[in-house]
Amino acid sequence: MKIKLFYFARLKETLKYSTEDLELADADGPWTVLKLKALLAKRGDVWGQMLMGKLKVRAAINHELVHDNATIANGDEVAFFPPVTGG
Amino acid sequence: MTVRVQTEDFDAGFEINQLRKARKDVGAVVSFVGQVRDINEGDEVSQLTLEHYPGMTEKSLEAIITQVKARWNIIDVLIIHRVGTLQPCDQIVLVAVSGGHRGEAFAACEFVMDYLKTEAPFWKKEATPSGERWVEAKSSDDDARERWNKASESKQ
Repeated sequence: MKIKLFYFARLKETLKYSTEDLELADADGPWTVLKLKALLAKRGDVWGQMLMGKLKVRAAINHELVHDNATIANGDEVAFFPPVTGG
Repeated sequence: MTVRVQTEDFDAGFEINQLRKARKDVGAVVSFVGQVRDINEGDEVSQLTLEHYPGMTEKSLEAIITQVKARWNIIDVLIIHRVGTLQPCDQIVLVAVSGGHRGEAFAACEFVMDYLKTEAPFWKKEATPSGERWVEAKSSDDDARERWNKASESKQ
């Protein structure tokens, strides 16, 4: 299945990615947020530190905040970002 | 309900008057304005840059207003949040709530700010004499939001 990924704030800056299209193997499903983070963490040290390290990372699927065990479906827009600091 | 995410400044007085004059059963308008400070964590701040997640930002602010309207008997809610680069004393956010009476409007306005600070996808980066840094989220903001959950539990 195909998904669209977005990164924001410190993650975008450190990973040097703002958005990407990603193909996830259906055979490895079901895909959760945690599983996707683990997959991305394999890209290298900085990815591991940003997504699976000490820093808090929040995730959204289709613009809704979700937990690590949320399931990702084909065509979803998934975003990773630090805890928010607006207002 | 009105939600605006913009780089431009806003006129809080004008916006409050609009809410006030919109209906004759409005008896109270409560508003909050947040502005850029020139100090944070003991360091001088010369500039603040706000990033957001277009699309999700508007949806999350609308979802907060929907919750507020279900919880309190209020008339209307306006949220304006700026993004981009701002200087000390620049306005960041305006929340204004109109209602029949002050009590519910006060509570609703505070609830919007507590949820906005913990759920709406905005991130601040500040310029200090030692360079730029991302502002860290505060656990006191999470606590401020959580007390609304406790308040609703104790009512039941």
